[in-house]
Amino acid sequence: MMVDLSAIVSAWPYLMQGLWFTLQVTLVGVAGGIVFGSLLAIARLSQNRLVAALATAYVNLMRSIPLILVIFWVFFLVPWAIGWLTRSGRPVAVGASLTIFVTFVLFEAAYYAEIVRAGFRSISSGQYSACDALGLSKFHAYVYILFPQAIRNVLPILLTQTIVLFQDTSLVYVISATDLLGAATKIAQRDGRLVEMYLTVGVIYFVLCFAASQLVKQLQGRLAFGVR
Amino acid sequence: MIEIDNISKSYGSFRVLKACSASIARGEVVVVCGPSGSGKSTLIKTINGLESIDSGEIKVGSFRLAPGVSNVAALRRSVGMVFQSFELFPHLTVLSNVTIAQTKVLRRSKAAAEEKARFLLERVGLSAHIAKHPAQLSGGQQQRVAIARALALDPEVMLFDEPTSALDPEMVNEVLDVMTGLARQGMTMVCVTHEMGFARNVANRILFMDDGEIVETADAAQFFDSPRSERAKSFLARILKH
Repeated sequence: MMVDLSAIVSAWPYLMQGLWFTLQVTLVGVAGGIVFGSLLAIARLSQNRLVAALATAYVNLMRSIPLILVIFWVFFLVPWAIGWLTRSGRPVAVGASLTIFVTFVLFEAAYYAEIVRAGFRSISSGQYSACDALGLSKFHAYVYILFPQAIRNVLPILLTQTIVLFQDTSLVYVISATDLLGAATKIAQRDGRLVEMYLTVGVIYFVLCFAASQLVKQLQGRLAFGVR
Repeated sequence: MIEIDNISKSYGSFRVLKACSASIARGEVVVVCGPSGSGKSTLIKTINGLESIDSGEIKVGSFRLAPGVSNVAALRRSVGMVFQSFELFPHLTVLSNVTIAQTKVLRRSKAAAEEKARFLLERVGLSAHIAKHPAQLSGGQQQRVAIARALALDPEVMLFDEPTSALDPEMVNEVLDVMTGLARQGMTMVCVTHEMGFARNVANRILFMDDGEIVETADAAQFFDSPRSERAKSFLARILKH
């Protein structure tokens, strides 16, 4: 069997559309996940036991079920929930894109929460004392002193998790969304070009992830030897 | 200025502070000394509420601190603290370290806070280093920044928790010089320190602690020349041996 390069060329624009959606999901997942995850991390470290327990339960739940199941939950169950809440009597479609954005934020937040929490725990207790001694409020202490240090301490892990997230976006094919892999699958099946398509997206994933992980490596070196 | 009235504190069954009482007047410089593990650090950390107390009462100016009192923001604004390990904020420049609490806690304008910071950094001899990060400074320089950071809030009392213990010997004096200058200007100071030269020459009074108790309170000269308690005698004999 011959690999037909022209099939790749003609599919390229559609693949790039898929890649663009993959990047959008990654960006939303990273931004929303880190924001929500940081709140979860702070909640888990809270003195308020109820708040800490709720956040812990959420994180443990999300980390104990497969991503694909959460995608199904949001895609199939949330429309029913909205229908029930609005008393319309029937499911209200949420749409594949919104489902995916919401799912990735909810799911990835649990993982980012654990990373950010590790970041907070890596800060010496003296830093917390210094904030207290200066009379900084909890809010100011977290925003200006503790959070920046926490993020900095775990930046390489945070970026590695982001690479994992980028790869995990390929799971959205299960609700027929057109991400990079989804686009490739659709063309592969339409034109019977399985080999060309799956090899091509494999190369694209590899190049992007490998480049990103090299970047992380460099950053790790700089953080290790650089001035803090 | 500071009234410590019969305070006690335990960690589980271990009693760190046993019915400690002391009174410190405005402008007085008091050195707290004693063997390690005697409760010195815990005692001074109760003064700004970093350590809670189980019983007794502390008054700092018009502020009253008792078990269960949790709103200590006003207290902390009037009490500055310097830590053994500096605890500067590593991600901020020297200047920002000294301005951050001014702008966030006292709500000073950025310009006013920076002016104050420059003035204080000049006073501790670090004008040339304001744009650097803490890791680029020596330990002695970092501790002087920490002193400036605490002074920036115009405290009425300064607490020093072993400010020179983490320093290389050649840097101890630059920090003690700043502290001495502060004492001469009339700052009320409570210092936990092993620097007996500073204690003898700068402090008005010594609180000697052992095993969670304030064993002896005496004028500095009297404490060093003729300590009353056996425990103080043996402590001094041990540290002044060489």
